[in-house]
Amino acid sequence: MTVAANRIVAGEGVTVLALAGAEVTLPGLVAILVGLTLGLPGAWPQLRLVGAIVGLAGLLWLLTHGASALLDGAGDYARVSPAVGFWCLLLIFMLLMADALANLAPGPLARGTLLAAVLAAAGIILWSGALSELSILQEYASRKAAFANAALRHLALALGSLATAAAVGFPLGILCHRRADLRETTLPVLSFLQTIPSLAMFGLMIPILGWVGNTLPGAQAIGIAGIGFAPAFLALVLYSLLPVVGNTVAGLASAPPAALEAARGMGMTPRQRLLRVELPLGLPVILTGVRIVLVQNIGLAVIAGLIGGGGFGTFVFQGLNQTAADLILLGALPTVALALVSAIVMDILVDLTRPTPKGGA
Amino acid sequence: MIEIDRITKTYDGVHAVDSVTMTVETGTITIIVGTSGSGKTTLLRMINRLEEPSSGEVRINGESTLATKPHLLRRRIGYAIQGHGLFPHHSVARNIGAVPELLNWPKDKISARVDELLTLFSMDPVAFRDRYPAELSGGQQQRVGVARALASRPDLLLMDEPFGALDPIIRSRAQDDLRRIQQRLGSTIMLVTHDMDEAIRLGDRVAVMDGGKLVQYATPAEIISQPATGFVADMVGDVERPLRLLSLIPVSEVVEDGAAEGGALPAGASLRDALAACLWTGRTAVPVAHDDAVVGRVTLDAIRARAELHA
Repeated sequence: MTVAANRIVAGEGVTVLALAGAEVTLPGLVAILVGLTLGLPGAWPQLRLVGAIVGLAGLLWLLTHGASALLDGAGDYARVSPAVGFWCLLLIFMLLMADALANLAPGPLARGTLLAAVLAAAGIILWSGALSELSILQEYASRKAAFANAALRHLALALGSLATAAAVGFPLGILCHRRADLRETTLPVLSFLQTIPSLAMFGLMIPILGWVGNTLPGAQAIGIAGIGFAPAFLALVLYSLLPVVGNTVAGLASAPPAALEAARGMGMTPRQRLLRVELPLGLPVILTGVRIVLVQNIGLAVIAGLIGGGGFGTFVFQGLNQTAADLILLGALPTVALALVSAIVMDILVDLTRPTPKGGA
Repeated sequence: MIEIDRITKTYDGVHAVDSVTMTVETGTITIIVGTSGSGKTTLLRMINRLEEPSSGEVRINGESTLATKPHLLRRRIGYAIQGHGLFPHHSVARNIGAVPELLNWPKDKISARVDELLTLFSMDPVAFRDRYPAELSGGQQQRVGVARALASRPDLLLMDEPFGALDPIIRSRAQDDLRRIQQRLGSTIMLVTHDMDEAIRLGDRVAVMDGGKLVQYATPAEIISQPATGFVADMVGDVERPLRLLSLIPVSEVVEDGAAEGGALPAGASLRDALAACLWTGRTAVPVAHDDAVVGRVTLDAIRARAELHA
């Protein structure tokens, strides 16, 4: 743990033993040790999962009790945050959990339930206020309204650009699938867009959209300007097109040629072939493209904060400017959580759309 | 009756199929045989208009195929291809019911037809109808592919090397199955192959294609005994001609009274089987049995005399 006099200065380390009385530290330490002993041997994934959960519970226990003990009489500006040891242990237990889950390979339904349970647990812990004395949540407490705004804006940027890219990309992908000449010109252009570094892309949007906003009558009225939401949104859409179009083309092309020949031979129209054979067989690949875009855009939307696009990026860049690490975390942690959750949800969807059951059934 | 009338397909000035004319009787199996590049597959694909003819036309029961839209025409013509082409994401039942579904048959009629066809192909409907193609063996996939092509009781069944991907033992069983089912249903079948054995074994009539031209269209016996060109003779194979001819003649044709040593052959066996039995066991005659009762014998001399007739 680190204690600091205020949020700017570097904190002083406090070891776990010095944290509080033995009645607080002991149960937490025991839980962590039990978690490690159960989790590190590789033979049984179930045991490893239990170990990871016990270990995480121990960390949480230390965090909540330690924070209040440290802040006791330390002054209003004092800040407590987890230190290196905490993050390392957190990482270890998360890895153990991920590895155990990968070994157990639960079905889509089980994974959905598990995700809901983890989210509910995280929600309850945050809601209960047990962690509210941590510095990052102190930052949150002073920015509740801004945080909600940023979250909505972030989602609007990521999901809105995805929806737009899908609305443009799916038909474009289908057209590219049908016509080789279109495919040969479209995909290289989209690949080129993808190679532009994100900072440069957002930067380039400023003069381009600024010019459009100034010359096109009415453009400014609907919010098109050099900085703000519009350029960020457009940049994200452009980044999304390659995965969407590319995976649509690859997915549609993944139908076995013999099946397509048979479909033609039995009298299916091109539309029927697309809807009954090519799309169902290509859906997992197409959704994988959507998954890439979603995760990528949630991450990239942070950069949008730089050109006034809003979102969690705002906190990150404020934090960078003020050298306030907690503020950076306030922007970064929700972004990571959002990306993780959407990746898991999309993986479940991809699995559900697999055309044939794997193995038996 | 299928009438193919001076049909031609030209790619970049080259005749892939050059003015082919032939008539296929209803209820028969016609085999189109040739080397690769002979135009046999193109000829077949022009019948259901997967390829559009450059000139000429095909009439099915007197009606030109050009009078119907291609996709509607194809729903009336069964089509089975090498490597079966089953839809991997559909169950066996949905695969077989694909064409009836396109024709908007009612659901119960489709499922009754699916079960009927599975039974016909010796596959238990309860065990197989809900499986996916990946859960079937190669031979089963091929049978489902043929069953799918027959599902809507088409006027004509086109098959493009349907047994090409099967191993020899499964292939000969599949050929027997096709023969049995064709005789049972009275279907009209046109089948493309490069395998002359298959052509002789299955065909009522065999059409030999070479360089886009139809060089001979005759019964298997005629193709073997009187090949029209050197190419046909090559396809039949000079060395194997007598054996191929013998394989077409049942032992019942030369059976004579008298006794013979050793195990008996069934009356349906060919002279080739009888010859093999004689040579392998060192006998000069083998008994012939009908329903377990010996009805006579076939002698090596009789086989030789029959082979020398060349017809």
